[in-house]
Amino acid sequence: MIDFFFYLFAFLTLGGALLVVVSRNAVNAAMFLIVSFLGMAASFVLLEAYFLAVLQVLVYAGAVVVLFLFIIMLLDTQGGERKAFKMLPGVAAGFAFVLLIMGVLSIFGSDALTDADSASVVATGSSLKAFGYQLFTTYLLPLQMTGFLLLVAMIGVIVLSKGSGKGGKEDES
Amino acid sequence: MDITALLIVLAKALAVVAVLMGFCSYAVLAERKVASWIQGRIGPNRTSLPVISAIPLIGPFLTRLGIFQPVADGLKFLFKEDPVPGHVHKTYYFLGPILALVPALVTVTVVPFGRYIDAEGVVSPLMLANIDVGILFLFAVSSLGVYGIILGGWSANSKYPFLGGIRASAQLISYELTMGLSILPIFLWVNAPGTEGTMSLFRVVEMQSGAWFVLWQPLSAFIFLIALFAETNRLPFDMPESETDLVGGYHTEYGGFKFGLYFVAEYGHMIIGSGVVTLLFLGGWNPLPWVTLADVAGWFGADFHIGITGAVLSVLIFLGKLCALVFLFIWVRWTVPRFRYDQVMRIGWKVMLPLSIANLIFYAVLIAYLDTR
Amino acid sequence: MAKVLERKPLTLAERTYLPQILSGLKTTFRHLIKKKVTLQYPEERPPISDNYRGIPTLVKDPEGREKCVSCQLCEFVCPPKAIRITPGEIAEDAPTAHVEKAPQEFEIDMLRCIYCNLCQEVCPEEAIFLQDIYSFSGYSREEMVFKKEKLYEIGGTLPDRHFKWEKKRLAAEHGNVH
Repeated sequence: MIDFFFYLFAFLTLGGALLVVVSRNAVNAAMFLIVSFLGMAASFVLLEAYFLAVLQVLVYAGAVVVLFLFIIMLLDTQGGERKAFKMLPGVAAGFAFVLLIMGVLSIFGSDALTDADSASVVATGSSLKAFGYQLFTTYLLPLQMTGFLLLVAMIGVIVLSKGSGKGGKEDES
Repeated sequence: MDITALLIVLAKALAVVAVLMGFCSYAVLAERKVASWIQGRIGPNRTSLPVISAIPLIGPFLTRLGIFQPVADGLKFLFKEDPVPGHVHKTYYFLGPILALVPALVTVTVVPFGRYIDAEGVVSPLMLANIDVGILFLFAVSSLGVYGIILGGWSANSKYPFLGGIRASAQLISYELTMGLSILPIFLWVNAPGTEGTMSLFRVVEMQSGAWFVLWQPLSAFIFLIALFAETNRLPFDMPESETDLVGGYHTEYGGFKFGLYFVAEYGHMIIGSGVVTLLFLGGWNPLPWVTLADVAGWFGADFHIGITGAVLSVLIFLGKLCALVFLFIWVRWTVPRFRYDQVMRIGWKVMLPLSIANLIFYAVLIAYLDTR
Repeated sequence: MAKVLERKPLTLAERTYLPQILSGLKTTFRHLIKKKVTLQYPEERPPISDNYRGIPTLVKDPEGREKCVSCQLCEFVCPPKAIRITPGEIAEDAPTAHVEKAPQEFEIDMLRCIYCNLCQEVCPEEAIFLQDIYSFSGYSREEMVFKKEKLYEIGGTLPDRHFKWEKKRLAAEHGNVH
């Protein structure tokens, strides 16, 4: 039963992700992105990481894709013409893909997965309190770095929009 | 899970959804009636059923109250011609109303609407699924409801619905943060040190057997209520619909049953929202601040707070508060004019968001002081 | 001379909108519990003033004699030409034979009538009156041309006590015609 659901949700996630990439229509792509996120959230539920699952839906499916749709609708991107294949991006994409595969394989090859006992998985996944505790002790540095990265991105956006939009009409969104 | 247990769960879910739908249709009636009364009119008072309306005294009274009007409204939506304009994007045009309604119905699963105390004194909530991350689940699913509006507006492939859809997406993002931040102080207080961490709404109500949260966190309640008005697209924040400047907003191109679904979804969100406000700030099924149902039973020297009667009473108290809040929604709608779109954005980002962050910091410090004293 | 109106800046309370919204809520709540002004139309009718100009009809006098003497003044004065009278003579052996004339046919086209009251004003016999009926309908154009019978049926009897023609008859019997 669990296996069946895992394959179902994995299929939803991967299939959705694939369709995001190949969709010509930007709105279609955004909708498939939601499907992919929901599949991922369901996979989290299977892992009993309810908090993560709910956050996945709340933040990504609920807010980020809404923003995507907002931008898509504002820019009115219909279709888009086919670009000629270029050598450099192709090589870069291939390189990134190989890197990703190697990373996954290396994790599988190491003992990291088998060593983690189920108790710690529960502690970081389902219990809210343990989750918060882990986040602010063990993983404090990654958390701070992520926050810093987001701050940098935000400042960048503000600088860019202020710089180009001088004298333009006020955009409140 | 064997088949009988599954059937019982299914029956419970169907019952709750049926009650919710009933509430939706009567919320529509309440809207029409209150609107009429506020405008010095009488409102729907003609629709009658063959047998019930013939009962002397009661029948005419119910007819005058418009009790049978939702039946007529529902049938109208069902049997009206449901045209599909030629220029729409078919898939999303059909998907829109469904995506609007489904989240509204799904959120009801984590809303506790009463409690049951058995003979041993064990308190258990009356709800479909008592999950640990209740309020987050509710927010997550209800935030998906906006896709119905966005897709409806986009798929209609015409100006006004499109603008309505864009406004809906911008408004949702602007107010969701505020909404989430405004309830954090409550969960900071509920998850006091030494207790099991939870985000269940049932636990929140249990914590309000003393002071209701609205009494000592009025600003949180106020911010949450305003964000709720914005999230449910009710006046003065009904940007996506704004029938005066956008014709009908996102549902301009919809008619018949599909429009009916949008209509029900709007009221569904409103009712669930009222229920959440009741649970978070108004003490859920506690009749008065500092007074629980058990205290009331103690005054009478009876024990009607346990067992079935207690459960029914708790549900009734909860529904009473919910109805009062729905009335507030309607009352505000027929009082306040719509904000301009830029005003909505300014209030959302420049007023409500800083206010909610300040509120969070203030109560975080206060609660930290109270908890560590 | 142009006058510049200085607008005072909004106070903090005004900028939160809240006092205004609360006072608005108070106002609407007052209306909520106030007596309603709706009239339940088919059951309740609005009061109609005495000089209301509804549909024009013919009337009879208390003795049941039709008052119209088919002088055709109303037909002449009618701006939309809604009235059509076919004059006729009263039979020699009738008790009111000295009136000499009565309408053989009297039609008012209600689709043309503009309810101007000129027919009532011009009538020397007080035979045509505008009633207080403001709502009537029919399925065809022919049905909306009211015939004499229908006009008398709606108009009924005018309870005046002039008895002009009866007095004339009595005077004639006593020998002084004028």
